[in-house]
Amino acid sequence: MALLEVKNLQVRVEDREILHSLSLTVNKGEVHAIMGPNGSGKSTLSHVIAGKPGYEVTAGEILFEGEDLLAMSPDERAAKGVFLAFQYPVEIPGVATMTFLRTALNAQRKARGQSEFSTPDFLKKVREVAARLNIPQEMLRRGVNVGFSGGEKKRNEILQMALFEPSLCILDEMDSGLDIDALRVAADGVNALRSPERGMVVITHYQRLLNYVVPDFVHVMSRGRVVKSGDKELALQLEASGYAQFEDAA
Amino acid sequence: MNVVLAKAETGRTLGDAFAVARDRLPGGGKVAELRRQALERYERLGLPNRRIEDWKYTDLRSLMREVLPLAPEPDTAALTRAAAALKLHAIEGVRRLVLLDGVFAPDLSDTANLEKGLRIRTLREALEAGETGEQLFAPENSDAMLALNGAMMTDGLLIEVANGAAIAQPLHIVHIASGPQPAAIFTRSLLNIGNSATATLVESYIAGEGAKAYQVHDSLVVSIGDGARLDHVRLNEDGREAFNISSASLTLGANAHYNTFGMTSGANVSRYQAMIAFAGEGSRVETNGVNLLNGRQHADSTLFLDHAVPNCESREIFRAVVDDRGHSVFQGRIMVRPNAQKTDAKMMTRALLLSDEAEADNKPELEIFADDVTCGHGATTGALDESLLFYLRARGLSEKEAQALLIQAFVGEAIESIANNALRELAIAAAERWLQARG
Repeated sequence: MALLEVKNLQVRVEDREILHSLSLTVNKGEVHAIMGPNGSGKSTLSHVIAGKPGYEVTAGEILFEGEDLLAMSPDERAAKGVFLAFQYPVEIPGVATMTFLRTALNAQRKARGQSEFSTPDFLKKVREVAARLNIPQEMLRRGVNVGFSGGEKKRNEILQMALFEPSLCILDEMDSGLDIDALRVAADGVNALRSPERGMVVITHYQRLLNYVVPDFVHVMSRGRVVKSGDKELALQLEASGYAQFEDAA
Repeated sequence: MNVVLAKAETGRTLGDAFAVARDRLPGGGKVAELRRQALERYERLGLPNRRIEDWKYTDLRSLMREVLPLAPEPDTAALTRAAAALKLHAIEGVRRLVLLDGVFAPDLSDTANLEKGLRIRTLREALEAGETGEQLFAPENSDAMLALNGAMMTDGLLIEVANGAAIAQPLHIVHIASGPQPAAIFTRSLLNIGNSATATLVESYIAGEGAKAYQVHDSLVVSIGDGARLDHVRLNEDGREAFNISSASLTLGANAHYNTFGMTSGANVSRYQAMIAFAGEGSRVETNGVNLLNGRQHADSTLFLDHAVPNCESREIFRAVVDDRGHSVFQGRIMVRPNAQKTDAKMMTRALLLSDEAEADNKPELEIFADDVTCGHGATTGALDESLLFYLRARGLSEKEAQALLIQAFVGEAIESIANNALRELAIAAAERWLQARG
């Protein structure tokens, strides 16, 4: 059974149709890159998979391990193993990062019928992952993302990904706003999480990220549709020729 | 006129109730005369209503309708219920002083081994001894509820901290209503802190099991000496059908410091009105308040800061979280008198509305008569941020859990102001109880 199956998805925001009959299948162990120009619907797809309010699905379906994902609340999806690394992670003043991480992890575990993590186990786990991602302890004591640089915010997303161990990771423009060093650290974090048990969808505008997180499949989106699919060579080809050809095709 | 109204609505006047209760009110002679005068003042003014500017959001004539008869003296069963209720509000390392149904309960209180410089008596003793000091009976009182409190007060605590004494152990006054019968409780406490002395006062308002539509009428009179400091925490967790009308009058000497935190999550209708006056230069006041309301709760926090002398600072932070058809009121008046140059006064209030029918009224009033001052106020009202809620839900938190975390963050700034760790924990626990009760 596929990990994620998006079938003929049609999505509307207010009066505008953003996705038209979009289909995508992701199996465990695969890394899919979705590329496309601004406004092609890449982020919309990630939001709809995660369950963000404000999008109306007018046709099609999304199955996650065979189950109807669209019938689940965002928190149910998270507990099932869907994780969206946000393009713009929000700042939450007054909520300490550690409190947030523990509350989220335990909420997911509880929803899955697992026991909550004990404090020492939790701390040990967070410290391990944080050290690997070059996240100082001091950052974890601050409010969630409060005063974090762009790179720190992205690393904090990957920290959560490593901590929650989701089976589907969607990375929305994880390279935006990162310099090359920050990008390398983030990409190393993502690569460490590649596993035969996990699928990934990497959304990006630029090919650059895919030098570090090398995908198994590349899809090009334009005007709300997947217009071409291929392997990693497709990304290189795009880098050379640009998106214009697909804009015309769509 | 109000007497006539009260008669029409309830068939009896408070005057009748007073006559019935008179035998139980401590103090004869001069004390009884002062009570009678206070009652007259109250009868003249009547229950505050919306036509009185200061009470326009909290119309007791429609919310409370009448003053209930005096609560009976607590019996053994009341003591047992109170002891059970106290467990919820037990704080490690405090000196507990219990006022049960308006009467000091020595069996539930800790008055042994008083620290040097600490003196505790009961109001009842003082009144029975015929004491009529100015702090006991405010002479020119135009507030009806304070006048009523003066007429009917049955007991309270008179606490004195000597000059230079540092009382490390917080003093915890617990107000408990125990009786299932609708009744009114009238208490008044005094706290005098000598020059260069320090103390911490905690006040809790709670209900014993089965206590329902009771009324708490409380007042507190505090004097903080030169160079002295008072930390004050006030938690209203009264029963959901209860009324709580409390007043405080505080005066600071020179170079004194008053830090206070108050939170109301209980009672059906409550009002806390505090008058804080600077009487000496170089003093500082920080007041922090939180209302956590749901159902049809109504809570009013009314503060008056009187900058009567130069070079004083005041900071007010207020946070309201209102769900369902709750109604939160904050009135913050800052007076800077002509002589009070170099006053630095700031007030910031924020309200979070969790439902379409929730209401938060906010009335800041700055009256500035000096020209060299820094004064400011700000107010915001809004809902929870949808993008924050989605972020939390995408991480596995249910809607209620996500809301709870954001609400805790919202009130956190005010709660963080509590200096004492155990008291801060107590306030956090009270906020968590409110959040859990939301489901």
